[in-house]
Amino acid sequence: MTEDQLISQLYKTEYRKIVSVLCKLFGIARIEIAEDISNDTFLLASETWKLKGVPENPAAWLYIVAKNKTKDYFKRHKNFTEKISVDLKNDQTDFESPEVDLSPENISDSQLKMIFAVCNPVISTEAQIGLALRILCGFGINEIADAFLSNKETINKRLFRAKEILRKENSAIEFPGEAEIPKRLETVLTTLYLLFNEGYYSTNQTNTIHKEFCLEAMRLTYLLLENESTNLPIVNALMSLMCFQASRLEARTSEAGEHILYDEQDQRLWNDELISRGNHFLIASAKGQEISKYHLEASIAYWHSTKTANPDKWENILQLYNKLLQIDYSPIVALNRTYALSKATGKVVAIVEAEKLKLEDNHLYFSLLGNLYTDVDNEKALKNYREAVRLAPKNADKQVLDKIIHELEVEKG
Amino acid sequence: MKEFLMIFRNEFTPDRKPTAEQLQASIKQWQDWMGGIAAQGKFIGTNRLTSEGAKVMKPNNVVTDGPYAELKEIVGGYLLINAEDFDQALKLAEGCPIFHVGGSVEVREVIPMTM
Repeated sequence: MTEDQLISQLYKTEYRKIVSVLCKLFGIARIEIAEDISNDTFLLASETWKLKGVPENPAAWLYIVAKNKTKDYFKRHKNFTEKISVDLKNDQTDFESPEVDLSPENISDSQLKMIFAVCNPVISTEAQIGLALRILCGFGINEIADAFLSNKETINKRLFRAKEILRKENSAIEFPGEAEIPKRLETVLTTLYLLFNEGYYSTNQTNTIHKEFCLEAMRLTYLLLENESTNLPIVNALMSLMCFQASRLEARTSEAGEHILYDEQDQRLWNDELISRGNHFLIASAKGQEISKYHLEASIAYWHSTKTANPDKWENILQLYNKLLQIDYSPIVALNRTYALSKATGKVVAIVEAEKLKLEDNHLYFSLLGNLYTDVDNEKALKNYREAVRLAPKNADKQVLDKIIHELEVEKG
Repeated sequence: MKEFLMIFRNEFTPDRKPTAEQLQASIKQWQDWMGGIAAQGKFIGTNRLTSEGAKVMKPNNVVTDGPYAELKEIVGGYLLINAEDFDQALKLAEGCPIFHVGGSVEVREVIPMTM
């Protein structure tokens, strides 16, 4: 491994730890100073290691440099302030460099508290995800820009604005009180859920970073589970959902980066370890009375992860979708529910229900109708699939649909 | 978009005791029907009402045991929905499982309270 590879690997694992510890220490208003010190630490590593070789314990080296840079910062800050403000001279305590504690305990504590600090409804959900990727997961601005099919300037601006709002708000970086947890957790779980989906449903499949988004979302959710007061049924439900979905990460993309539909996946590529973790968290989520959308989605994902044929599978999935729609409607869930209805009850009933949905600006609506009309009325199936191609926003989707249309046309002769 | 209330009325049959299978089948019918409304993004909320222990209070704090002495039908539950207009609300009532047991759906438009 070259120094560059080692440094980018360490950046992935250590940046987020250092920056969280420093943020907690300095307060949310000085989030940028924490970022600067963390970045400078890696810059110095890159310069020094090239000249002098890699130290024996690179992570420990980074921690020492981060500590020293923090001391330097406070010294400089002190000199500067003393020169411009005599009054503040007496207030020595304000300028003492705080002790930077990079013990494993303080690292997890800081990361946990930073999750709550970043997932703050005063900033947009988009900004929360961006900041989570930057601060909690240690992704570079370029990587985030690529993932969102955006550019560096836009992402920088978005994060800068979010940090401005957090700075003005200046809420303490602390663990919410017992009574506050459920409400604060709602925002946190939404952000982690969206972060996971950003990776899972991204159409930009060739980019391996999306798989990392999923794993990072799982790591942060796991941090919540490791903490007693946030190890709640709803968090277990989200973790269960993520495990079941992630179990198919390898099976749903071909080597060429094409999306492979569920029915066509090689089940041997499903990750059994993750499926069994999913089962474990699903059982843990069943305590208590609350049935959240994560519970329902995890239960649906559970059924999708069963390999053996079960006659009740689609009936169960249908009933879960019925409940999910009653607490959280979305067009995609409505389409999935109708697909489950066709599997449980038959295509004719499902076509009637599908045509009530009238999601006529959604390519998935027409591809569902295409699927339902196949073997019922192939002319209508083709017509709907063609409309789906016309509306599909991504080439990858068009390719999958073109293949289906081609097969239908061949069959027609 | 307006809100409408569907009120489900049914013949009062306190002696009918459905089997577990019948109950299960009935739950499925209702869930499928309401799932269809929810899939159109029109579902707001629903509740069932128990017929046991119903009391009616009349003027001068007179309490009687349920409305059943005068009425053959009881309200079994309600569903609050969104719809563009009355016709659409009526359309959504089609296929309600209450019709299988001879019941009816009363559809009423909700007038929002202005405070």
